Amino acid sequence: MNDTLKSDVPTESHKSAIVRFLHATEIDTRLLGMLGALTLIWVGFHFYGVIFNNFGAFLTPRNLWNLSVQTSSIGIMATGMVLVIVTRNIDLSVGSMIGVIAMSMGLLQVEVLPQIVGIGHWSIWILAVIVGLIVGTLIGALHGWLIAYRGIPAFIVTLGGLMVWRGMSFLSAGGRTISPVDSTFALLGGGPYGAVGAAGSWVVGAIACFGVAYILYAGRKSRRKHDFRLRPMWAEYFLGIVGWVTIISAVMLVNSYPWPKGIVRQYGARIGQDLEGTFISHGFAIPVLILITVGICMTILVTRTRFGRYVFAIGGNPEAAALAGIDTKWVTMKVFALMGMLTAIAAVIASARLNSATNALGTLDELYVIAAAVIGGTSLAGGVGKIYGAILGALVMQSLQSGMVLIGFDSAIQRIVVGVVLVLAVYLDILYNKRVK
Amino acid sequence: MTNTGTPLVELKDISIAFGGIKAVDKVSVDLYPGEVVGLLGHNGAGKSTLIKCLSGAYKADAGEVFINGKKVVINNPRDARDQNIETIYQTLALADNLDAASNLFLGREIIGSGGFLDESRMEAETRKIMARLNPNFHKFDVPVSALSGGQRQSVAIARAVYFDAKILIMDEPTAALGVHETEMVAELIQELKNQGLGIFLIEHDIHNVMKLCDRASVMKNGLLVGTERVEDVTEDDILSMIILGKNPKNKL
Repeated sequence: MNDTLKSDVPTESHKSAIVRFLHATEIDTRLLGMLGALTLIWVGFHFYGVIFNNFGAFLTPRNLWNLSVQTSSIGIMATGMVLVIVTRNIDLSVGSMIGVIAMSMGLLQVEVLPQIVGIGHWSIWILAVIVGLIVGTLIGALHGWLIAYRGIPAFIVTLGGLMVWRGMSFLSAGGRTISPVDSTFALLGGGPYGAVGAAGSWVVGAIACFGVAYILYAGRKSRRKHDFRLRPMWAEYFLGIVGWVTIISAVMLVNSYPWPKGIVRQYGARIGQDLEGTFISHGFAIPVLILITVGICMTILVTRTRFGRYVFAIGGNPEAAALAGIDTKWVTMKVFALMGMLTAIAAVIASARLNSATNALGTLDELYVIAAAVIGGTSLAGGVGKIYGAILGALVMQSLQSGMVLIGFDSAIQRIVVGVVLVLAVYLDILYNKRVK
Repeated sequence: MTNTGTPLVELKDISIAFGGIKAVDKVSVDLYPGEVVGLLGHNGAGKSTLIKCLSGAYKADAGEVFINGKKVVINNPRDARDQNIETIYQTLALADNLDAASNLFLGREIIGSGGFLDESRMEAETRKIMARLNPNFHKFDVPVSALSGGQRQSVAIARAVYFDAKILIMDEPTAALGVHETEMVAELIQELKNQGLGIFLIEHDIHNVMKLCDRASVMKNGLLVGTERVEDVTEDDILSMIILGKNPKNKL
């Protein structure tokens, strides 16, 4: 490294150990804050249960596994909401879109396709998912077109959408519940069969560990190539070990949650073996793997592609983005279309998990999704937001929700707590940003 | 020196109106290679609007643009960039939430293997050009909102200079700068001029105009008052063109 580059690094001797540690590892303090909040919530609910109900139900494989499944659909939508909010827009319609997309997929696989290809045909779930994705993307694109090319504020367009799509989902089947969905489709919602099992989870874990190592290695190589500041070797090892420990613990956790006895018996009967008393692990639920995949793809989209760069430029300074030759309207429309597509993925998971499509599916989801994005550090002023933050935000929201259910708070109190936490989280964020400046 | 041959830029009878008000009314100016033409006038005289028709931010209602004698149509900033026209806006037009490299390459990102942004190369290139323009600049990994006025200005200048501009538009480049930084910009203008670039300079400080420009075009109420070689006029002449809308010399 030459001298000019060295001067980038502040003299470190007079800084505290924590500051030096954070600087060396380049860990985001906001990430630490969110992990801290999450730990507090988890441990708090667990010990509340231990003390008042004589049973800590929160920190059990069963609850954490369920928590991961419940987080999936909100988490997937939250990653899209980050982009919507970063471009200084909002989408209030995602909950209603879930309803109408789930209804169209439900009707398709229960009432339309079986008459064409036959009941239980292998292609039903694929066609249903594809149609759902198309419907979602088109609805999102319509919103985006009205907002970007017709100049109607996003708040109004999507508020209208909130009512229109909910109404449509009722009309589509006259308010009936469509059930049961295709059996393969139902796997996408999780449940004992909708999980990849112990061996599958170890494979996922191994791939993830390899991924962590590769990212650290490739990042270091690229920095060296361009003579940028390198993290000290101990910091690289530290990050790698933390990553590996997290991944391996997650695998061990999901593998320690066994199938219920009834399911084991049913499965045994189906394959013609007596499995009585056998320990069969759930492993990672399919919706969780979908969430992780979406999270990785969205992170790459945001940080490594032109589209992502333009989304943030528009959020930071729309005029500057336009002067730089960016087609801001087209980008905005694509953001909403993407939001629609992610909502469709969430609709697949939500209706598969319920094993049915109802016209009320997804009610109030828009608020949880927006809350997740905001708690995850997305600024409503635009230009700032992180994908992993939104996913963690969804996990925080869901942890609060299911924690309160576990200790027996009724739904009125749940709402009060979630509302207060949302306001408090944003307030803390404002304080944090002031201190940073 | 007299300008002969084909002008680098020729704006002919440019007009643009906003809601019935003629912001620019049949204005013609030209620019030769290696020349700095100052655009002067009160606030609202139409200088920035005229120049935005060349940079692609606005679309002129009427008039023609010639680059190297060839008629071109500029409908948007991308068209202008394709003609090697770069602009440093008065507002700098930076995305405050992005770092220097992201701003420098905004709209023209370097794409590496697999169709992804080549962040490292963009940062390396940014370090190179900043080392030339502003050797004291080291804040490459923070958003430009964390930079001082002068540092932000140097990012905006770097963006205009990096992409081999032939025609440079500078809208009050020194308005927000201190004495030392203003001097650096003046040196840069001289250097770019020697490289054969043509520069339109919007400037309020008459002193700077006399020092930096070869010719000065004065506008008032959307009309062109006149274009003079700075060596032929005094500061007072230009002032009266700005204020009175006429050149006292021509009256004689």
